[in-house]
Amino acid sequence: MDPAQFFAASRLVIVAGKGGVGKTTVTAALARAAALTGLSTLIVEVEGKSGLALLFGREPLTYEEITLSPGGGPEGAADIRGRTLTPDDALLEYLRDHGMSRISRRLASSGALDIVSTAVPGIKDILILGKVKQLERAKAADLILLDAPAAGHAITFLLAARALLDAVRVGPINTQAREVLDLLTNADRCQVVLVTLPEETPVNELVDTAYHLEDRVGVSLGPVVVNGSYAATDGLDADPAEAASVAATTLRDGERESLAAAADFRRHRMALQHEQIERLATQLPLPQLHLPFLFNADLGPPELEALARELLDAIANLEGAHS
Amino acid sequence: MNELGQLARDAEIIVTAGSGGVGKTTTAAVLALEGARAGRRAVVVTIDPAKRLADALGLEGLSNAPSQIEGDWPGELWAMMLDTKSTFDDLVATHSTDPKQAERILSNRFYKNISGALSGTQEYMAMEKLYELHVTHNFDLVVVDTPPTRHALDFLDAPRRLTRFLDHRLYRILMAPTRGMMKAANVATRAFVRTLSKVVGTEVFDDAITFFTAFSGMEEGFKNRANTVFDLLASPRTAFVLVASPRRDTVEEADFFARRLAESGIAVRALIVNRMHPRFGDGLAEATRERARTLDGTALGGLYANLADFRLVASREEEHLAGLADRVAPAPVIRVPFLRTDVHDLDGLSEVGEHLFL
Repeated sequence: MDPAQFFAASRLVIVAGKGGVGKTTVTAALARAAALTGLSTLIVEVEGKSGLALLFGREPLTYEEITLSPGGGPEGAADIRGRTLTPDDALLEYLRDHGMSRISRRLASSGALDIVSTAVPGIKDILILGKVKQLERAKAADLILLDAPAAGHAITFLLAARALLDAVRVGPINTQAREVLDLLTNADRCQVVLVTLPEETPVNELVDTAYHLEDRVGVSLGPVVVNGSYAATDGLDADPAEAASVAATTLRDGERESLAAAADFRRHRMALQHEQIERLATQLPLPQLHLPFLFNADLGPPELEALARELLDAIANLEGAHS
Repeated sequence: MNELGQLARDAEIIVTAGSGGVGKTTTAAVLALEGARAGRRAVVVTIDPAKRLADALGLEGLSNAPSQIEGDWPGELWAMMLDTKSTFDDLVATHSTDPKQAERILSNRFYKNISGALSGTQEYMAMEKLYELHVTHNFDLVVVDTPPTRHALDFLDAPRRLTRFLDHRLYRILMAPTRGMMKAANVATRAFVRTLSKVVGTEVFDDAITFFTAFSGMEEGFKNRANTVFDLLASPRTAFVLVASPRRDTVEEADFFARRLAESGIAVRALIVNRMHPRFGDGLAEATRERARTLDGTALGGLYANLADFRLVASREEEHLAGLADRVAPAPVIRVPFLRTDVHDLDGLSEVGEHLFL
């Protein structure tokens, strides 16, 4: 399908997945891919990790928005901006915006947020989601990408709205929770993209998370991103000694063994990966977008660019419109 | 026998820390298994094991008590999954002055919220359980897996956090038995409390007051216990082991934990790096890539391109690890290669053990 249409499906996309699957890298690649289709993009990070900004070759994100990648260039790409959201900052901002600036300072200095959030579990999550909802309503960007907490916590995080509706029946928290839930459950406004590796345990957890999110939170799921597959390469089945004689060259001592062992390793892992990708397709009927493993493990702007283009190709190859 | 094998024989407590997806739970289970193989009575406490590993360890549902795994080792191997809330419940029962006080607390809605959700509760309860297994159940070796969050080591602050929570002015205002103290509080404080209760709702506030009233008298017991647990963790009988994968981001997380431990005056005893790409021969990645280029279009060129890929990733992984290895020195760095399959049974754990205890 047309990538521009793909990214215009909902303004908010929440990227979630188990730790270690490359969720942050995928978030950044999605942002760059969307920007290449001309959509201005805002990345929201909630765990205070520095990895995301590094991918763009920038200093760590702050609560104040920064530009991660300015638009322009031959393809007329749009801007990518980024920011973090912390519950404390979101609360202070909320209080300021609601005429309670006087207590906001006290709340910050006294550490009372700890106590309040203890009294009302999920309040930290709703403060963050409430702010995201505000950004979505204000159309802060054509596309807002939320780099969600790791999988187990992602469910709790997204369930916070539903839980709070039961716990706090009146007042501003109730209103926030209701509005956040409206956003999360409206497929035209919000979708969740799940990320996994083509390995057994991450695939199992992804399938569990997908059903939980759909059944318990009621969010709509976009395609699954399978990150880190080894790309196919030529010659893996050849015998090194024979291949050398065909190429009219000789191999140094030990070279034959190294070539054979490396080829065997890749073949074996590719077979495992293929098996898991198939299993995922059977257990979770969602379209898949595949991103290659980058052997140059030092991810920076050039690698990000390559991943974004892989994504655009993969999206272009998706069949029909997903809902 | 390497240093890690020695730890599985000598340490009384091993805590594994690291970010999610690096094989922390598996590593913890392998360490406990090694203890049992050395004839010790060992238990592994996990937080959230992958389902198939949980099945292999006989962890069906939350029992909050260890269950034994049968096997042909001279010692004993036990495993349990931590249930934060029931551990907290037990703690309340232990420290309450009478059953009625415990009952009042356990049925309180505010308590139900904090026992499951207060930030750091899970980490702290893991430590509480560890202490109980160590002292009450006489395990020779307790291996504890920490949750995969940045807050995983916050339990080191538990004594301070608890004290701060209980000494908080807001808490004391809420605790005021009569409105008298409320009157004495200055105007600003009263306004503050009133606004807060408007935001969170009066129901929540009433629950909190009831909870703190019921809790009265138990603070000392909680604080003392937190201090005792901390002393045990900081003693040489406890070994902290970092688990990472050789990716830049997980190495950064492990580095964060190493600094965090150093702040508490605790040394890292070993760094385990899982999922290392194997190194094939000792040629350099660039030279191999160059050879692939000159042979481009032939099968041999393809084989060299593949070899260059793996030599490149292997050298990058070592680069990522270098700084962290220096930071945790003289602790050993133990490298575990990508295994051919996922680990989800005792045979798999044994295979990992062959790499860990070389």
